[in-house]
Amino acid sequence: MRAHVRVTLRPGLLDPEARAVHASLQHLGFDEVEAVVIARTFTLELPDGTPVERVQAMARDLLANPVLDDVSIAIDEDPPCA
Amino acid sequence: MRVGVVTFPGSNCDADAQRAIDGVDGLRAVRLWHGDADLAGVDAVVLPGGFSWGDYLRPGAIARVAPIVQELRRFADAGGPVLGICNGFQILCEAGLLPGALQPNRDGRFRCMDVWVKAEGRACAWLPPLSRPLRLPIAHAHGAWTAPEPELQACEDRGQLVLRYVTATGERADAANPNGSARDVAGVCNAAGNVLGLMPHPERAVHADLGSTDGLHLLTALLGRSA
Repeated sequence: MRAHVRVTLRPGLLDPEARAVHASLQHLGFDEVEAVVIARTFTLELPDGTPVERVQAMARDLLANPVLDDVSIAIDEDPPCA
Repeated sequence: MRVGVVTFPGSNCDADAQRAIDGVDGLRAVRLWHGDADLAGVDAVVLPGGFSWGDYLRPGAIARVAPIVQELRRFADAGGPVLGICNGFQILCEAGLLPGALQPNRDGRFRCMDVWVKAEGRACAWLPPLSRPLRLPIAHAHGAWTAPEPELQACEDRGQLVLRYVTATGERADAANPNGSARDVAGVCNAAGNVLGLMPHPERAVHADLGSTDGLHLLTALLGRSA
């Protein structure tokens, strides 16, 4: 199985990097962009049947900062063969 | 010869570059700001090192949108000499003024040390090949230049791989490459030969007290004559 852990900064927290990307898109003429969120996705290869609680613990202990980040986890039970 | 030195938010080698340029007989530095709408009529442009925009997104990716970079593009297309140092090299690659891209160093470390480089590519219009290696400092985390294989070979064939990391005696060796760059590349020029980017810092090697004066060779080369 495969777990995709997506980490984003909580809404309302200042993200200067996302702001800079937004401003640069506008400089390039992409005026229709209303907001930019930068996310990181961690794709974890795991033994089938790994409990989602284990993945949540990984996010809590390392992949995300619970003070700053929101986390969403998607599990692929049957990922396509590499 | 008036040499523009462009400051971006987060540049930190601009004053060093200015001082080094002003120390070369025949060169005079002109400070430029990233928001400037023109290049103030300079004869050459240096993009100095640093961490423009805090390396947001990718090093150089935000800086390349700056108004002055659009002017720089016109200047370079018209054959004007451009030298990008470290972050300046990254900006030139992100802007498409140089081939390839800079990846994180292969060992994941920020490398701050002196290296030896050899100028051997023949494509640069203003930097002639040199028989002896140059001793120059590096300080970077994203210095592993790379390009897709067909482009890499094309750059090699055209002599655009102008500077390579070598040993003190001038030989290629994996151990002499501090960041894992493709084919030991330390500096690349464009196909036209007027735009050069390199990871080492020539502006930090301009006085015996700094451990090397070899940087003067690169800066003096902008004048079209050897040091």
